[in-house]
Amino acid sequence: MKQLFTECRAALMVTLIFAVVCCGLYPLAVFGISQVLFRDQANGSLIVGKDGTIHGSRLIGQQFTLDKYFITRPSDAGANGMAYDPTSSSGSNLGPTSQKLNDAIKQNIANYRAQNNLDTNAPVPADAVTASASGLDPHISLRNAELQAPRVAKARGLGEDKVRELIRANTDHANLGFLGEPGVNVLPLNLALDALMAK
Amino acid sequence: MNSSGWIQLALYVGALALITKPMGLYLMQVLDPKGKTWLDPLIRPLERLSYWIMGVRAEQEQNWRQYTWAMLLFSLVSCVFTYAILRLQNFLPLNPQGFAGLTPHLAFNTAVSFTTNTNWQSYGGESTMSYLSQMVALAIHNFASAATGIAIAAALVRGLSRHSTQLLGNFWVDLVRVTYYLLLPICLVFAVVLVSQGMIQNFKPYTTAKLIESYTITVQKTDDKGQPVTTNVAFTVSAPKLDDKGQPLMTNGVAVMVDVPQLDAKGQPVMTNVPVMVNQTVDEQSIVQGPMASQVAIKMLGTNGGGYTNANAAHPFENPTPLSNFLQMLSIFAIGSGLTWYLGRMTKNQAHGWSIWGAMLTLFLAGTLFCWWAESGGNPIHQQLGVAVADGNMEGKEVRFGIFNSALFATVTTDASCGAVNSMHDSFTALGGLVPLFNIQLGEIIFGGVGAGLYGMLVFVVLAVFIAGLMVGRTPEYLGKKIHSFDVKMAMLTLLILCLTILGFSAWAAVSDWGLAGLNNNGPHGLSEILYAYSSCVGNNGSAFAGLTANTPWYNTTLGIAMLFGRFLMIVPVMALAGSLAQKKLVPASAGTFPVSGGTFIVLLIGTILLVGALNFLPVLALGPIVEHFLMLQGKLF
Repeated sequence: MKQLFTECRAALMVTLIFAVVCCGLYPLAVFGISQVLFRDQANGSLIVGKDGTIHGSRLIGQQFTLDKYFITRPSDAGANGMAYDPTSSSGSNLGPTSQKLNDAIKQNIANYRAQNNLDTNAPVPADAVTASASGLDPHISLRNAELQAPRVAKARGLGEDKVRELIRANTDHANLGFLGEPGVNVLPLNLALDALMAK
Repeated sequence: MNSSGWIQLALYVGALALITKPMGLYLMQVLDPKGKTWLDPLIRPLERLSYWIMGVRAEQEQNWRQYTWAMLLFSLVSCVFTYAILRLQNFLPLNPQGFAGLTPHLAFNTAVSFTTNTNWQSYGGESTMSYLSQMVALAIHNFASAATGIAIAAALVRGLSRHSTQLLGNFWVDLVRVTYYLLLPICLVFAVVLVSQGMIQNFKPYTTAKLIESYTITVQKTDDKGQPVTTNVAFTVSAPKLDDKGQPLMTNGVAVMVDVPQLDAKGQPVMTNVPVMVNQTVDEQSIVQGPMASQVAIKMLGTNGGGYTNANAAHPFENPTPLSNFLQMLSIFAIGSGLTWYLGRMTKNQAHGWSIWGAMLTLFLAGTLFCWWAESGGNPIHQQLGVAVADGNMEGKEVRFGIFNSALFATVTTDASCGAVNSMHDSFTALGGLVPLFNIQLGEIIFGGVGAGLYGMLVFVVLAVFIAGLMVGRTPEYLGKKIHSFDVKMAMLTLLILCLTILGFSAWAAVSDWGLAGLNNNGPHGLSEILYAYSSCVGNNGSAFAGLTANTPWYNTTLGIAMLFGRFLMIVPVMALAGSLAQKKLVPASAGTFPVSGGTFIVLLIGTILLVGALNFLPVLALGPIVEHFLMLQGKLF
């Protein structure tokens, strides 16, 4: 009985000690260090305009549909038809033999071909017509951006070379040259396009 | 399967091999109560103070029963602690989004899930958990359950390396030392590195951003009090339109249908409530904030895997760059890999440690290559529609990771009992999704969960030497100990519990209304969703075919029980085995002793693992992912 009591005390006390050390001191230490060393990243890599408007985060995608913007991937983050809702990150979770997924991809392919003036049997980049895992993917593939470039240039009356230059400027390359895949970060790219027009 | 993928795979394996020995050496120091580490000046006083508050005498060792009871008691107390915080989070501080307390079944499921190192999540973190719940209620188990697993593995290794004794070490000392000397210091550095890549660490409320392009959605109207508004309308049914003579009106041989009000027995129209829908403009985005990095570091290193957000390591904040992705994958295997070296050193048979490492690596490579092959092949149904063939299957994957890093992460997270995901396994091709599922069903012994992977693997080693003994007809020996019927019974018990719990619960759910109600996919994929859920919970993995809606009383409760079985009904026989091994006398090796290192041993060990896994689970896998693969090739949709 005495044995049980001492063991219970140890169990209770170690829980409280861990709560203080691992769940109090440790996160606060990380908070302190990162707010000093990496302030921008620790607070969400926000894109703030000159007037103080928060346009979004460099890491979080937004939905675009208009011709003058580069269009992000289909998104399943959000209820009631919302997309790219960061409070509800999610993929479609539809499997390979899902009728629903099949119909969605079919529709996305038709839209993509029509919007970008492609042949009716032209292969379409996979990322352009499939939902990402988080529903917040900020990137599109290089091929996807390349296919959208003529449309965006036309809608804005810009030269395609100018648009391609901006694509290159907003491409995140593979880390260290070979880790991961390169991708075009759509939100800063579209902001750069808007900024160019505003001049 | 491009060259960049091969280079990344080589780098990953190389890095893993490099850290194995240093990690093993450090584990030697941490798991020895008198061991010296370079952190002693900093941490030793805190360690002593903790023992004093706990009333623990550090030098007093325990036998297997005492060790197990201490572990069970600690798990119970800390589980109740978490349950209480989750239920009461709306009354507690650090809740800027004002989230409500959790329902009893969700709080039970979540508390059990984190206590058992499973980190199955029936909820989405960013829409459910306050900062306090994340940081305290959940993160405490990220440390404690990881330290518990390592402690159990250490006790088993001591059982192997000692002889003619009852004593296996002191649970409280192992728990405290692993947490203070191993987990905390690594996480402190790791978390800051993750922030440098873009992970958040703050206590701000969610940030509101102004969208560049707003859009319109249709939602149900709400009144001033926030209650949904409905309107009363006549219920209509479709009926053939009649002409003046009462004959059905026909066009091209088909009856013309119109909507007419349905009448009840008294001839009155039947009325029904329908929601009033209004258009709403969405011009803002609410960006998640909070203390994420501190939690993600230990979630990976401790093979917990419980995401801060619903999308877990696929979320751009929770895994911002390919570099953060690489480090997270490496940290999942780091301790499990180091423990094999620790085993070799402790049993004075380093070749044995490396042979187990080799068997793990072989199974890991096989899984990775198979999954990568399946995913880069893509889905023929979607390719038929016009998706570029070279791109592979991108549904549920992020552009920055691509096919290779998604397949690698899926294999790593299920080889270990981590369960974090950087892509949605539910949307993998049939065979690509088979790999994570089968990995879990093998018992997550490929590097494995911290501690759990090693003791799970040693169960298979006991079984392998037993089979080898049967083949040559002599009493099996393992590291100078004779393996008797009790030891083999305990080893078999853990495997039977794994198999029976997974298949039993899956079968129950598959024939129940509550089980089928949660499905997101029809056809064989639906069965895979159920099977994955129970495999993941019993295996204490925590990843999911996430389409399954599991936040219901039935699922939360049965999955919670499955997690408890999968953790504690495994640990008790393992500890009994440790106690039995420690008591045995050493017998000198002879010419007839089966060597537990080298190629023959590795082949026998892998053979045993695959044989047991295949016998237990091939029948049900044939009804799930395997049949789905053939239906996919035929273009069949559900």
